[in-house]
Amino acid sequence: MSNMVQAIRMALHVGEERLGVTDIFGEDVGPPLGGAFTATQGLKTAWNSPLDERGTVGTSIGLGLAGCRNVAEIQFCDYAFNTIDLLKLAGMQYWSSNGEWNCPITIMTPVGSGIRGSIYHSHSFDGTATHIPGFKIALPSTPRDAYGLLLSCIVDPNPCFFLVPKALMRVRSLPGEEIPGEPGDDRALSKMIDAPLGDRSNWKPQWPDTPDQFIPFGEGRTVRAGRDLTVVSYGRTLPLCVKAAEALAPEGIDAEVIDLRSLYPYDWARISESVGRTGRVLYVNEDTEITNFGEHLIRRTVEDLFYELLAPPRLLAGAHLPGVGLADNLEMATVPQLPSITDSIRSLARAEP
Amino acid sequence: MSTSLRPVRSAPASELSPDLLLKMHSLMVKARVLEERLIQMYKQGDGYFWIGGPGEEAFNVPLGLLIHKGQGPHYDYCHFHYRQSATLLAMGADPIDAMRQMKNTATDPYSGGRNFVGHYSIRKWNVVPVSSPIEVQYSVAPGTAIANKRAGGRGITIVTGGDAGTAEGDFATCLIWASRPANPLPMLIVVTNNKWGISTPYQGQHGEKRISDRGKAFGIESKTIDGNDPEVSYRELSAAMEYARSERKPFLLEAVLSRLYGHSSASGANRINDEADCITGFERRLEERGLLTRQQMDEMRASFAAELLAAHKQVKEEPQPEAKSIYDHVFAERDLVRGES
Repeated sequence: MSNMVQAIRMALHVGEERLGVTDIFGEDVGPPLGGAFTATQGLKTAWNSPLDERGTVGTSIGLGLAGCRNVAEIQFCDYAFNTIDLLKLAGMQYWSSNGEWNCPITIMTPVGSGIRGSIYHSHSFDGTATHIPGFKIALPSTPRDAYGLLLSCIVDPNPCFFLVPKALMRVRSLPGEEIPGEPGDDRALSKMIDAPLGDRSNWKPQWPDTPDQFIPFGEGRTVRAGRDLTVVSYGRTLPLCVKAAEALAPEGIDAEVIDLRSLYPYDWARISESVGRTGRVLYVNEDTEITNFGEHLIRRTVEDLFYELLAPPRLLAGAHLPGVGLADNLEMATVPQLPSITDSIRSLARAEP
Repeated sequence: MSTSLRPVRSAPASELSPDLLLKMHSLMVKARVLEERLIQMYKQGDGYFWIGGPGEEAFNVPLGLLIHKGQGPHYDYCHFHYRQSATLLAMGADPIDAMRQMKNTATDPYSGGRNFVGHYSIRKWNVVPVSSPIEVQYSVAPGTAIANKRAGGRGITIVTGGDAGTAEGDFATCLIWASRPANPLPMLIVVTNNKWGISTPYQGQHGEKRISDRGKAFGIESKTIDGNDPEVSYRELSAAMEYARSERKPFLLEAVLSRLYGHSSASGANRINDEADCITGFERRLEERGLLTRQQMDEMRASFAAELLAAHKQVKEEPQPEAKSIYDHVFAERDLVRGES
């Protein structure tokens, strides 16, 4: 069964074989490394670019305008902040030309904490991404979702962010969530598509035959059904929310957990149906808490569902700090972890007027 | 013009045909009259902001005439900045469309009333949307150049910008990505050096004697030319474009030229009299060679002025975009650039 990085690689392979991807590029994306997280090993259209994120995003736009579907990688989203005006430019090509030029590109970048990445390998990007209109935004939490969402990014005629929670890169699918066609045995898959250590110059991957199985934008997934409250999350914190919900079941708290999967467009219908039923909602993500995407969801919750609510909607997010510190205690205290998520769910479930 | 900015004089080359000279002259005058009409529109309240390229016609007209225009990677891609109405006219654009954009009408074919004048977008001619931020076009251009190269043939990518903007990192990006040994790109990288960044003189901010010298470090063929001379510009552009088309490598061309109405309406858009006017010099030459008389040239200018005044009046009657249209074209349903329609 694949982990997320292998799922991404398989989706990129499908992209270049069947869906018209002409270029997969960025710093260290091509051989011999095949990506800092190995997401681009063995791909025939992968190439190394200069260490220049502005050039990477700009070239991606140019390729897109020339009709070349491409996936451009920024090695860590922490290094995408100097490309914001180019990302804005990508997001406005279609609108500013009044519908004349679309820009079919995917900007792929690892996001968030969880690898003790210190100040410049732990930033989140969901808040920033949702401030760049014109982009569709995917942020998976499972290998299968990563596979299907990346395929959707690739074929979309618009610019897309494919944000990868780096803490989940090596997490494997749960049984029943395989990508069709992938071998069930981890070692067999690794032998087929992981580049060997050492000299790779003669290595060729053996790709499993996986289908064009898209996960559409704007379709969340209810990962755990529940009665008492709704927890909406995505990315690294999603599996923690599921874990917390399971842990609280013996206390008689039955939490519903929704994986949003795509942040724009987002599945408001699913959230609103769930919160309408439970009357309580907790939004969880790890970006800094001020002007956080969860705050937008709270605003919408209040405006649309105020009279259904049994308790104030809540947000558990990253502390409003310049960065995530390196030491274990610092990282754990800065972004939501299992204990803080569990506590938040418990207190929301028990909140009374 | 200071010594340090003096262009490299070109070797004498074959004469351009009288027909071509007359065509260039006519387009230069028309472009100038268009810019003057756009300034009038601004001053009369028929537009919120003016920016353009009066003074750059001697360079921009030959550029437009030499572009292989068309759609897709077999043709030239154009990443322009906002001073190139003359290039667009030389490519065949209708001047009334610039006026529509000036008046932000719904009929503006470049942006539907969304963007400033001079911000062209013409997909059928590979003119990608012009953007206000200085220099982003230099980061985007390598992408279309990769497509040009992959397509084979003689299509190139042309990117233009001003001297002040070369201080941005995007200019270095362009030089680096155009000259990667792994994949050198067929590009004409143009800097129109008018010696100003809004109100800041070039010479106080740039230690490099010539911007084109920066190409040398990357092994990029480079040249500085007199962009106020249409004959020099035509010949040098021909040579530079032929190099990029046939060698499939980049060429950096710096054209030293004039800015005759300041930066934009933000600086008044008034005529600057101490800079050389490329049309005046060219007309003197045409007269000396007996190709046109002063009277013919005056009549031509008056005829363009009347034509564009009529167009101005027409544009004033055209509708503004409707408020509800703001949500149009946020997301594309079809992949237009990949041939879906």
